Amino acid sequence: MSRPSRWRLAVMSVVSVTLLIVLAARLWYVQVDTGGRYASLAHQEQLRTVLVPPVRGQVLDDTGRPLAANRPSLVVTVNVTELSRQRDGGRAELWRLAALLGIRDRLLQNRLRLCTALVSQPCWAGSPYQPIPVRQDVPERIGLQILENQEQLPGVAALVQPVVSYPGGASAAQMLGYLQPITAQEERQRHLRLTGLASADLVGQSGLEAEYDADLRGVPGTQFVAVNAAGAVTGTIATARPVPGSDLVTSINARVQAGAERALATAIHKARAEGNLGATTGAAVVMTTTGHVIAMASYPSYNPAIWTRGISERQYKELVDAAGGEPILNRAVQGEYAPGSTWKVTSAAAAVAADYSLAGPYSCPGSVRIGGRTFYNDNPANSGAMSLHTALVASCDTVFYELAYDIWRRDDQKANVVTGPHAPVQKMQQMELAWGFGKATGVDLPDESAGTVPTRAWLYRFYTQHKKLWCRQGNQFGSYVQRIEYQDCRYGNIWEPGQAADAAIGQGYVTVTPLQLARAYAALANGGTLYRPRIGAAVVRPDGRLVRRITPPVAGHLPVSRQVLAYIRNALADVVTQGTAASAFSGFPLSKVCVAGKTGTAQVAGKLATSVFASYAPCVHPRYVVVMMIPDSGYGADVSAPAVRQIWDGIYGLEGHWAALTGGLLPSGLPRLITRAPASHATAAGRRTR
Amino acid sequence: MRKSSGWPGFAWARRRTGVSGFGGLPPLSGLAPLGGLPPLGGLPPVRPRGSLGALRVRPLVRPLARVRSLRQFDWVALSAVLGLGVTGLLLVSSATRVALMQAGADPLTYLKKQLLNLVIGLILMLTVGLLDHRKLREYSPLAYIGALVGLLAVLSPLGTSVNGARAWISLPGGFQVEPSEYAKLGLILMTARVLGDVRTADRRPGLPDVAIALACAVPVIGLVAAEPALGVTVLLMILLAGLIVLSGTRLRWLALLGAAAGGVVLGAWWLHLLKPYQLQRLTAFVNPGADPSGAGYSAAQAKMAIGSGGLLGQGLLHGQLVAGNFVPEQHTDFIFTVAGEELGFVGAVIIIGLLGIVVVRALLIAARADDQFGTLVAGGIAIWFAVQSFINIGMTIGIVPVTGLPLPFVSYGGSAMIADMLAVGMLQSIHRRQSRVPVGRSAARP
Repeated sequence: MSRPSRWRLAVMSVVSVTLLIVLAARLWYVQVDTGGRYASLAHQEQLRTVLVPPVRGQVLDDTGRPLAANRPSLVVTVNVTELSRQRDGGRAELWRLAALLGIRDRLLQNRLRLCTALVSQPCWAGSPYQPIPVRQDVPERIGLQILENQEQLPGVAALVQPVVSYPGGASAAQMLGYLQPITAQEERQRHLRLTGLASADLVGQSGLEAEYDADLRGVPGTQFVAVNAAGAVTGTIATARPVPGSDLVTSINARVQAGAERALATAIHKARAEGNLGATTGAAVVMTTTGHVIAMASYPSYNPAIWTRGISERQYKELVDAAGGEPILNRAVQGEYAPGSTWKVTSAAAAVAADYSLAGPYSCPGSVRIGGRTFYNDNPANSGAMSLHTALVASCDTVFYELAYDIWRRDDQKANVVTGPHAPVQKMQQMELAWGFGKATGVDLPDESAGTVPTRAWLYRFYTQHKKLWCRQGNQFGSYVQRIEYQDCRYGNIWEPGQAADAAIGQGYVTVTPLQLARAYAALANGGTLYRPRIGAAVVRPDGRLVRRITPPVAGHLPVSRQVLAYIRNALADVVTQGTAASAFSGFPLSKVCVAGKTGTAQVAGKLATSVFASYAPCVHPRYVVVMMIPDSGYGADVSAPAVRQIWDGIYGLEGHWAALTGGLLPSGLPRLITRAPASHATAAGRRTR
Repeated sequence: MRKSSGWPGFAWARRRTGVSGFGGLPPLSGLAPLGGLPPLGGLPPVRPRGSLGALRVRPLVRPLARVRSLRQFDWVALSAVLGLGVTGLLLVSSATRVALMQAGADPLTYLKKQLLNLVIGLILMLTVGLLDHRKLREYSPLAYIGALVGLLAVLSPLGTSVNGARAWISLPGGFQVEPSEYAKLGLILMTARVLGDVRTADRRPGLPDVAIALACAVPVIGLVAAEPALGVTVLLMILLAGLIVLSGTRLRWLALLGAAAGGVVLGAWWLHLLKPYQLQRLTAFVNPGADPSGAGYSAAQAKMAIGSGGLLGQGLLHGQLVAGNFVPEQHTDFIFTVAGEELGFVGAVIIIGLLGIVVVRALLIAARADDQFGTLVAGGIAIWFAVQSFINIGMTIGIVPVTGLPLPFVSYGGSAMIADMLAVGMLQSIHRRQSRVPVGRSAARP
């Protein structure tokens, strides 16, 4: 070998070794000196946080029977963004998917469109970036086909998700409420941890599901998954389990609820069968005298399961269609009806408060003339002089007309004529407000109606709101309504004696919700304590641990002495035995269960009377209150009272009914719940569309 | 001639060869000193010598002799190569396992293929290693022609494009051959042949020899550049330059050549001979953040993967970035990122060390080779491995632009593995030849 070669080989060796040392030095810098930085960079790069939807809590009745349960369901979702990326906008794919799912192509497309002011259900209310559930309870076979044909169906996923089910069907539908994907607005307001999976990010939109959403929803788990450069999940690094939602134990008794609904429906069907075709809606409330709601029926009802399956346009229209009775309304808290004679208990209490004696005597003529109008009693004959007891038992309207007129006359006349926003409240209305009317009860349900107690201040507000309308439509020589409007246009702001008289028997402007009436009677029955009604009884962890008990808070006390309340209760007991409800309760085993109550037949212009019956039992130490209101149906004693009797039968197991409450008593403690295993729905979120 | 004062590391080697009496004189220099390009097929037969010649006559004894020949292998280099190959198997498996599982395929597919590559490579290495290296000299024009034909075939309809470079020939049965890998061998052999047989009095190649070598190299480099394979082109240029330097060409000629090369590079720049994507790669190297999704992506991801390995690594098969397929081509050109993340600094340095052993042993073999051809071949191979390793590892840790060069013995790929193993075989062949000198051996042990 030549020398220069050797020399140059030596140089080359030095160069080669130097190169390798440079590599090692650089490696030390990259891996050890700055390795930590790269490692954390890499960590962000490869890890994705996936929120795992928690299992939503159940709504249970007082014995632990589920009213709204959760079950796993295979859900097919479509990623619209992915769909629109295809050449034909995903048209062919949707067609394939519709065929696979066995639904019409048109329906599938409708479910994927976004809800706007002009586009109503079926449509998608959530974010367009979330996968949209198009079908639930998909057979496993079809789910597998979808997963295996991803190249044919990009953006379509099949995953297991908990789905709310309603074992009771349409029972208590409005009270339970429904779940819908969270809207962008709610998302901003509530700062919830969301999974990003639309079908899992449901929030209660009405009823108990909305009211107790925070308890029921649970906390999503966090799953750190490793993803590859393409975004596909390659493995799970760490999992923080989702915290399942708590169960809500309610004071609702599913059997009493079912019984109340059946009785209500029967009463309405019967009224219609008798030709009272206006009878299409109604509500009933069963509650304890301590403020817990046992049943809350609203007719018509619907099966809330239609929400979970992706509601169709027709179904949604039916829900909000006034002609169809608007089944979405919970009439027990949202229906405002004239209470009729059931209202007289407040009027009697107001009379005593205004220093009228209980014994009277008060005359009960067939009619009285007040403020230029003639007011008739239901019974045209003169019944002679009577005490307030008899006036309540026989439901003599004229006694209360006169009482109201007298109170009106003795009141400040200037305040009657010049009403304003701060006009003083008359004695009658003071008492009505004190019984909890005219304002929301504060029940644990959203969107409750307040009802109306026509105070002078209320009248002023009402007048300023409607003056224009009345003046436009009123006609001095037109129909009855037009004549009233003509008058109202000119004198509508004046608190007339006729209005005071009407209000005294629960007519005219007076409206109440069935729940308001029920809790007022509960206060009457329990000795004067007015509660904020509660449907929830306890929030319980899925493992059975009690989170909190829910007891109805006290809203106030009736400004009525115990003696007066007892006097009124005595009268109400006689209503059932010998008064207006005697015929409805003839043959009822009052010796077993003494029921006391008051009928109400509120006349409404242009319609049949609102049939009302408010009752409680037992007569001594009352436990329960049952109230029913059916507008446009007829006499309280004819329509509602027999239905309420049916409800009492069901509660106590009388007259051939099964007792819903054993021994007429509610369960003493909380139900022992079957411990739910914290079900894992990791698979649902673990799979992500690319 | 100046007084020889060797580099200390080579002192004992020189003793061994020097004492044998050759004095650096190629023992076969008289056999085929045809000069210039030998006419094809017109080579005078190489007369068999020593045991090899005897074996021809007594074929029955051959296996035994072969075993003896195996003992003459450079087992240090061979062990390093085996170590690298096995490490490569593990890393290839780790790099492809997850993706294969996700695709529903056998997660060991690539491992099995690479194992086959390794076994074929080892067999070829043994075969070549057992050849007399003068045979290599004899066949070098053939190898050169073969490389040229292969590179031409790439441009024909047989060629296949991958990642913008038309560098592969598809063969029936799903096999793919990358002729540019063999072009490295062809170029080394041919250049060594041309520059190793110089007729000048001082045994230094003159301008005519260099000119012939350049003339031989230009078509090869040109064809590779036409694929275009920037990395291989650069490597071949460095190889050619290294061989010219190693051959003992006078410094003034070297200076002239250097100036000419500089002119060519400038010309290429001015005439926009570089493809846009190649330019982009080069600029992305300067500023990797500029385009994280494109050219800089590989570099940034590779650095991140290696950086997250830390001192000891995540453990084999436990690399998260590896499992996520974040680094493109992580089983071939970017296999070192897998080593970096999973084996950490320690493992990565061991790989560099093994490559260093192969390179240093190749240089030793070059220093000890009993003819200039052997020196140049072994030296060329050393340059090849050193430069290719440096470029490959360098691009993963951000000191060299990203180009498509595999890591010798480690990256997945049949052509590369076989070419690398053939080169090791040649090293063995050259090593065997000089290590069979008994005097040197005894003299080496005072």
